[in-house]
Amino acid sequence: MTDSYVVSIDQGTTSTRCIVFDRRGNLVSVAQREHQQHFPRPGWVEHDALEIWRNVGKVVPRALAEAGIVAGQVAAIGIANQRESTVVWDRRTGAPVAPAIIWQDTRTDALVETLAQAPGAEDVRERCGLPLTTYFSGPKLRWLLDHTPGLYERADRGEVLFGTMESWLIWNLTGGPDGGLHLTDVTNASRTMLMDLRTLAWHPDLLAFFGIPAAMLPEIRSSSEVYGTATAVLPGVRIAAALGDQQAALFGQTCFAPGDAKCTYGTGSFLLLNTGTEPVHSSHGLLTTVGYQIGGQPAVYALEGSIAITGSLVQWFRDRLELISTAPEIETLARTVDDNGGCYIVPAFSGLFAPHWRSEARGLIVGLTSYITKGHLARAVLEATGWQTREVVDAMNADSGLALTALRVDGGMTANNLLMQFVADVLAVPVVRPMVAETVSLGAAYAAGLAVGYWPDLEGLRSNWHLAARWVPKMDDAVRAEERDNWQRAVERTFDWIKPGARAGNA
Amino acid sequence: MSNTVAAAEMPLAFRPMPGQVQSIARAAAILRLLASSSGRLGIGEIARSLDLPKGTAHGIVRTLQDVGFVEQDKTSGKYQLGAALLHLGTSYLDVNELRSRSINWADPLAARSGEAVRIGTLLDGKVLVVHHVFRPDDTLQTLDVGSLLPPHATAIGKVLLAYDVGAANTVMQGEPEPYTRRTVVTARTLSQALTKIRENGWGAEIEEMTLGEAGIAAPIRGYGGLVVGAIGLSGPVDRVCDGQGQPRPTLVAYVRDAARAVSRDLGAARW
Ligand SMILES: Nc1ncnc2c1ncn2[C@@H]1O[C@H](COP(=O)(O)OP(=O)(O)OP(=O)(O)O)[C@@H](O)[C@H]1O
Ligand SMILES: [Mg+2]
Repeated sequence: MTDSYVVSIDQGTTSTRCIVFDRRGNLVSVAQREHQQHFPRPGWVEHDALEIWRNVGKVVPRALAEAGIVAGQVAAIGIANQRESTVVWDRRTGAPVAPAIIWQDTRTDALVETLAQAPGAEDVRERCGLPLTTYFSGPKLRWLLDHTPGLYERADRGEVLFGTMESWLIWNLTGGPDGGLHLTDVTNASRTMLMDLRTLAWHPDLLAFFGIPAAMLPEIRSSSEVYGTATAVLPGVRIAAALGDQQAALFGQTCFAPGDAKCTYGTGSFLLLNTGTEPVHSSHGLLTTVGYQIGGQPAVYALEGSIAITGSLVQWFRDRLELISTAPEIETLARTVDDNGGCYIVPAFSGLFAPHWRSEARGLIVGLTSYITKGHLARAVLEATGWQTREVVDAMNADSGLALTALRVDGGMTANNLLMQFVADVLAVPVVRPMVAETVSLGAAYAAGLAVGYWPDLEGLRSNWHLAARWVPKMDDAVRAEERDNWQRAVERTFDWIKPGARAGNA
Repeated sequence: MSNTVAAAEMPLAFRPMPGQVQSIARAAAILRLLASSSGRLGIGEIARSLDLPKGTAHGIVRTLQDVGFVEQDKTSGKYQLGAALLHLGTSYLDVNELRSRSINWADPLAARSGEAVRIGTLLDGKVLVVHHVFRPDDTLQTLDVGSLLPPHATAIGKVLLAYDVGAANTVMQGEPEPYTRRTVVTARTLSQALTKIRENGWGAEIEEMTLGEAGIAAPIRGYGGLVVGAIGLSGPVDRVCDGQGQPRPTLVAYVRDAARAVSRDLGAARW
């Protein structure tokens, strides 16, 4: 008998990767490809959905070739994806009607302001668990319908389809115009503002509030079940899981019990806490979201602290300021100095997400003196990620009434030792990394493997989790308090930068 | 891409002498040209100056760019000398980058072998631990990234010395500390051990630093095959070695596979 494997596709904000996992949850091979980021105007971020689909067609065969396996050895495919990013495409031709609007995009500023005054606005949060901001798919979809001539009518007739990236990929993998399946999973649907968190169905009041025709929406399914069989890229292989990338990471970290939490450090960083089968509403600026749903079982909910800009601040430092040539070099540069020299960077590039939700805030560098070198700036870049983590952990502790005792981390930035030490220092609890840093992919693979019986149960998956590294707090309490105060004062200074009404042109 | 055809098109003065590698001569000419020009140069300008077909010039410039000797300006698309040329004498791969690029391969090595994994590079005659993955048994362990290990008494260290003649000589001229009875301390035995590592492509340490402990390591190679670090596992000697006291072949294979995977990601095509 030949060995079989599970393949995951992680369609992320900056790249698409395919990873082959073996039965013990070990990474066997990985292939990755970046796609273009388009910034056509300040505040706008777009991707070409066709480029992303082409990249899937490139990375999947490459990962299989590197693993030395063929499609017949793949037990199932699981998909994890960048969330909220919005694609609308023509059902007949498969062509996107516009560039995909990415989650960081703030073009819907003015629209969101208008919607907030509209009747019914006060019920939205209770029903979908999310605050009205530019971040989620609903407003982005509405913007596309408003700004593409004739689109609303075509959507109403079911001629164009809406989806986040997993819908777009599943539709293409299962035939596209030729009978492609149009579906999404509960975790992705919970990011649209269009789904009722409790019934897990599109809600007519929410559709009416955002002005979205039901005919263009995908069918909502669980996160772990056989949706169908691929006809393209890996013909004959079952597609058996889809989750938003952050929920996939929660699953990959085996945070299956209420109280389990993880933080994934990538382009942005996202702290998710499993709250069990009841949605918990936050009073401290966190989101309520679906964590996962396995087949016909009850959905598991999560509280989420979303930080928009962490790894992308490092990328900005590399690509826009050109002070380093690769992301890891930020650590080398930061180690040329002993501290931040009094300098703080608050990366409110898309406003501030959790726990502040200030869309009118913009980024700043404060504390500049002639003493400051690029080494201090590099430290301030890394420290911004640490302090933003502290803010969402504080909110999580306040909401749950429990104090976090250790933070499980994953994602590309966990390769940065200085940063992980700093996170432990500012949280004053240990930070632990599991054996697989690519937890997003692992989670998608786990969910797919469970659906086809490749792995028997959650308990078995939990026993795969092993500690790979642990950072323990070393910072002096007085230093922590002082630095925290400085950070908070820096954050306050970013507020109200964009003047009301000035958004549309000046965002 | 045939050398002979392209050579016929070259001005007589630039034809390679017998035994010379033409593309290296051309690469050198391109570097001199970039060094002597006041601003950045486009591919067309480079090709015209050296009387090369544009495609040939482009191929060489791209390779020089890959190794960091040439940089391309994002907006104009023109080329200039790269920062790596200024740091030829120092390590060309940033240690933090080495960690980032190897993390995906160090984890499965620890998971498959059941042992702790470390990646190291040489720093001032010592092994600098660049990356450390705990033994996957969830016991309390302490991260030792940034600590220094003796090169002659660790598997990673001996592998690094095997591919760095200068560092090996320095160690042999010093008085290597005998940690155990089995520590390799004489110049002759160390030099034999390093030769064997080069022949095998991997190295081991058996109770040479701590009684009851052993390790296996293999070189990580970057562009052109240059050794930029070593990856290895370590653990109790009865787990790392078989009944004959030899490193277990399956573990050796895991270590070499991991080293090759990192090397491939770093651009060392052959490894
Ligand atoms: N050693 C490092 N130090 C600091 N930042 C790093 C380091 N390595 C990677 N990064 C940052 O981490 C991010 C990449 O991590 P990762 O691949 O997990 O991101 P991602 O969020 O999954 O990407 P995507 O948005 O495509 O999903 C980049 O933003 C990069 O700048
Ligand atoms: Mg990701």
